[in-house]
Amino acid sequence: MASNAVADPLVSRPWRVKRRIREAHDTFTLEIESRAGESFPFTAGQFNMLHVHGVGEVPISISSNPAETALIRHTTREVGPVTKAMRKLDAGDTIGVRGPMGVGWPIEAIEGRDVVLVAGGIGLAPLRPALYRLIAEREKYGKIVLLYGTRSPQDILFKHELEHWRAQFDLEIHVTVDRAIGTWRGHVGVVTTLIARAPFDPLETVALVCGPEIMMRYTLMELGRRGVRESDMYLSMERNMKCGIGTCGHCQMGPFFVCRDGPVFNYAQIKWLLGKAEV
Amino acid sequence: MADASDSQSNPPVDPAPSGPDGERKLLRLPDLDRLIGLLRARGFRVIGPTVRDATIMLGDIESAAQLPSGWAERVEAGFYRVERRDDAACFAHRTSPESAKRHLFPPAQKLWRADGSEDHPQPVVEDRSTAPRLAFLGLHACDLAAIAVQDKVFMGGAYVDHVYATHRRGALIIAVQCTSSAPTCFCDSMGTGPHLDGGCDLGMTELIEGGEPVYVVHTGSEEGAQLLAGLAPPPASHAQVVAAEQLVAEAAAHQKRRMQTEGIKDLFYQNYENPRWEEVARRCLTCANCTMVCPTCFCANIEDGTDLSGRLAERRRRWDSCYTLDFSYIHGGSVRYSPMSRYRQWLTHKLATWIDQFGTSGCVGCGRCIVWCPVGIDLTEEVAALRMSARAS
Repeated sequence: MASNAVADPLVSRPWRVKRRIREAHDTFTLEIESRAGESFPFTAGQFNMLHVHGVGEVPISISSNPAETALIRHTTREVGPVTKAMRKLDAGDTIGVRGPMGVGWPIEAIEGRDVVLVAGGIGLAPLRPALYRLIAEREKYGKIVLLYGTRSPQDILFKHELEHWRAQFDLEIHVTVDRAIGTWRGHVGVVTTLIARAPFDPLETVALVCGPEIMMRYTLMELGRRGVRESDMYLSMERNMKCGIGTCGHCQMGPFFVCRDGPVFNYAQIKWLLGKAEV
Repeated sequence: MADASDSQSNPPVDPAPSGPDGERKLLRLPDLDRLIGLLRARGFRVIGPTVRDATIMLGDIESAAQLPSGWAERVEAGFYRVERRDDAACFAHRTSPESAKRHLFPPAQKLWRADGSEDHPQPVVEDRSTAPRLAFLGLHACDLAAIAVQDKVFMGGAYVDHVYATHRRGALIIAVQCTSSAPTCFCDSMGTGPHLDGGCDLGMTELIEGGEPVYVVHTGSEEGAQLLAGLAPPPASHAQVVAAEQLVAEAAAHQKRRMQTEGIKDLFYQNYENPRWEEVARRCLTCANCTMVCPTCFCANIEDGTDLSGRLAERRRRWDSCYTLDFSYIHGGSVRYSPMSRYRQWLTHKLATWIDQFGTSGCVGCGRCIVWCPVGIDLTEEVAALRMSARAS
């Protein structure tokens, strides 16, 4: 065995965990930095393959601000062996990184438009970098509306940030929960119920959607009903991913490799596949 | 190599010699033995057909004596037997369960390892620089077409696959034109054979004279020409050259199965919900045999594991198959949970989405998937049935 001088996209780079942040009972954020001090530019909506020594590797979208290229954050739910092991990592521990992978949100291409972000559950994490970008250059966009649905008030992610943003006069933030508890005074119902009343001009609007596939399907339908053009809707797809570079075959959806051609797709581009079962 | 994405017929029979030296040579079996020796002396691992496990497999060979002289395959959909033939032909195999894929893209490869006892384990990449060059003897035109397809998959995109590229760039190929076709062959309709059309260093056609094989050889590269010169072969006679081309033309003409490739991408894209898929799914065992024997299927799993101490971690890549439930698993369940959707995924990828992904069909017409399917599902029949069903609806 010898070190290979040519960068191999299947080789993880050892990064350091800076801190772990609890977001909800099953959700946490890992803040990580390169041990080599490398700057890590990425596009909002891209993801990394994160590797826990000896346990395995999973694709996790980047949830931090693209303007910050030294400290990178990933927010994930604990659902499998790798994310369970990730939750046990502490400051100073090593985590393997390959990325950034895939195609992100079309932030520059939608300048001048109203932007409606629709998030379901953990789907808020890949949308947060887009929000940072939009807010950083607020004057370049029309209305900015975030519609966020989650299971219960305890599951609301990035609560302090959402409160902070909601206090701004130029952002519309609407949160809804599937199941309320006694102290909840907000909206109850699935996120699609927020779309009909949300303040945006459908023909001027670009929608960025991320959440469970079923939630996205209904969201796109509802947006269409409001009059948003299909070519103005973008969604982030989830599929099994092993390589992240379009060669292992797992993430295929029709002719697309979701890891390489996505995860963000224009709705018009994949509509013909979305309605079909088990594609 | 011919692009297989559209229906193409084979180039017309050209009895005139081609290749850099402009002349066809004649080799005999002892010359092949010398050729193998020459390659081995130059440090090549020679991979050729040999009888093993009651099949004609591609494996390491050290002499021509290991070639399957006098052996043939009797095949049909879901059926494969090795049996004796009347003459001493060495390259009568067509549908070996193995192809060059096994050697260029090995079924299990270590990618790297990392030592967890270090402060921050640094991946150490498997060193492939000392791997011997591979010399393939006895690949057919469809095999070369398959290599051309995998070249696009592993070396044609933004990332070059290190494992594949290392083996591929060093490979030397001595190919054989098919002088007969198996009942499961349909390369003629895919435009991928049986004529050799470049892609090899030396190309041979096996003739039987008095029960013994002789080889009409043409060169396809400078390295091939040098190798051949080392054997100082006599020229092939005009009659031998014509006989060789005649046999290859007959092999093409005698193919029973055909794939109608015209408009095939749209056919699949418009028929995701065709009832024919349910019909074939009732027969499909989702055993994954077709993906394992297919010379172009490239899906692989990335596996991370450790030794028993948990200290030494290793990343491996292993062939995977779209027929398994795990293949499409994401949190909450598999995307393709029904056998119908998994068969549909395989065939749609092979014959349609592949064209969008790599600019070529994923099928080269070798017929391995027909032979090695335990229930004899025949993709040419499925495509024909899909066309019929699409027309009817």
